Amino acid sequence: MQRKTHPLLIAFAVLTFLFLVGPLIIIIGASFSDTSFLTFPPRGLTLHWYQNAFEISAFKRTFLTSLMLAVGGTALSMCIGIPAAYAMARYRVELPRFLGNVFVLPILIPEIVLGFSLMKSLAMGINLPIMVSLLVGHALIVLPYCVRVVGASLNSFDFSIEEAAVSLGCPRWKAFFTVLLPNVKAGIIAGFILAFITSLNDVSVSIFLTGPGVSTLPIQLLAHMEQFFDPTIASVSVLLMGVTVAVMAIVERTLGLTFLTK
Amino acid sequence: MTVSLSIENVTAHYGTTKVLEDLSLHIAEGELVSLLGSSGCGKTTTLRLVAGFLEPTAGRIMLGDRDLTRLPAHSRDIGLVFQTYALFPHLTVRDNVAFGLKQRGVSTKERNTRANDMIDRVGLNALADRYPANLSGGQRQRVALARALVIEPPLLMFDEPLSNLDAKLRVDMRVEIRRLQQANGTTALYVTHDQEEAFSISDRVAIMNAGRIMQLDAPEVLYSRPANAFVADFVGFENMIPMKAIAESGDAVRAEMPGGATLSLPKDTFTVPAQNFILATRPEGLLVAPSGDGIPTTLGLRTYLGRAYQYQCETPAGELKANGPLTQPFESGSNAVLIPQAEQCCLLPAEPA
Repeated sequence: MQRKTHPLLIAFAVLTFLFLVGPLIIIIGASFSDTSFLTFPPRGLTLHWYQNAFEISAFKRTFLTSLMLAVGGTALSMCIGIPAAYAMARYRVELPRFLGNVFVLPILIPEIVLGFSLMKSLAMGINLPIMVSLLVGHALIVLPYCVRVVGASLNSFDFSIEEAAVSLGCPRWKAFFTVLLPNVKAGIIAGFILAFITSLNDVSVSIFLTGPGVSTLPIQLLAHMEQFFDPTIASVSVLLMGVTVAVMAIVERTLGLTFLTK
Repeated sequence: MTVSLSIENVTAHYGTTKVLEDLSLHIAEGELVSLLGSSGCGKTTTLRLVAGFLEPTAGRIMLGDRDLTRLPAHSRDIGLVFQTYALFPHLTVRDNVAFGLKQRGVSTKERNTRANDMIDRVGLNALADRYPANLSGGQRQRVALARALVIEPPLLMFDEPLSNLDAKLRVDMRVEIRRLQQANGTTALYVTHDQEEAFSISDRVAIMNAGRIMQLDAPEVLYSRPANAFVADFVGFENMIPMKAIAESGDAVRAEMPGGATLSLPKDTFTVPAQNFILATRPEGLLVAPSGDGIPTTLGLRTYLGRAYQYQCETPAGELKANGPLTQPFESGSNAVLIPQAEQCCLLPAEPA
């Protein structure tokens, strides 16, 4: 027996796929174009724009800043997010309901508003150094992902496992590290990847918090585009996508897969 | 090492709600005592107080001569078996069992030897390198049992350990639990809502209700001589007839029941506890007879139980259940009397209204 699929359904599937993948193809194509402006389909083929991307020192510098912020901001956010998610899962009955929603606020508030208020309070209000306020800002925008994703795996965690460890002579703080964390590792990894990517690609909050001498890669791209509008931005975008995919793959391999096979 | 457990006048609250009231319980060395009751009766709260996951608002908990009341949970040295097994999913069976030894700083070599011995004793040596996810429910509970026993705790506690298993396995596992507990001579506290389970393996059972122990006795005593109406109802005394003693002759007490019928209770077999009392009995404690000194009734529906017939009986005191012999079936709708069989009846003091 053959399963019949309606042709309209196939058409929709193809359109959705094109809609998702199309922009990526255009960017990848444009990055190889032998013209001095962004165009698709590419005319001629060159690696000149990739060479250019590596030669412009501002890209290298801001990429490192972005990387540092993504790692540091996510780590900082996890330090707050994991205990918060733990408390909310463990004391679900005792804690007020709205608390869980408080941690999604950074997603609900328009990022522009969030960025502006962070600039007002952190950079201008208490005069934090640019790098520090960027770090705090990034930690804040990725916090919802950390709390939500780690929280989801904690909600399916049986807390009597923790009590079992305690009854066997393991102090509670130690049980948190030796028993609880290894069992919510999958959630922490997933949360880390999501947060890392969000931070790496952030524009709206970073644009308010960057300042003289310190910028992130997306902001630098924006600045470059305003001045040149050449295929360099396409090549940098492709490289950035590559980094993102590589990070996901590495995390999956080193933490994710050992977690599964252990 | 065997020691006794003493719970002394313990009161506990959840927030402002009182969940245990002035509870005292002594478990002798090597004894297995069950806390039996429906959910919310305070049995699990009692166990969690002893384990150290909750703190009492008043009272004292002593294990041997050690005062546990303010001791942190991880220093109490109690083997715990949970309803959900609570195995560590990221550790193998062997590492699960060795966990408690590791916390006690036992060397890797000795740890593995002792863990392997214990895994052997619960019959799982072929599965020592598996992860809990690859075990059946019964196997998981054996691991949990081994994990609790390997630290050689002076006290073992079970929190509904069999309620996630199927009926056949439940019977096997409770025998296994009893066997291991007796072999080690470990003092044990067992929490369950299953009467058969509690009665089958306990030295004594405490029947609990609303944060208090209603009766603490050997299963045999609870089953045949409940001390009050709550326990009687709990152990299956389906007929509870409120009665009032109205006259006393030389060798019998005449008592009246609702609806006006009277019954003569011979003094040599019945001891009337107060003027107002309850005649409590299981269906087999009321014999259906064509005539005699008993409760007049019109027989209703008859059901066949294998060893007897059971009748739904309309009486002046309300609907009762009684058993009649197989040799003499009665037709539905016929009139008969129900004669209380002294050895299967209890006369209980009436509950204060």
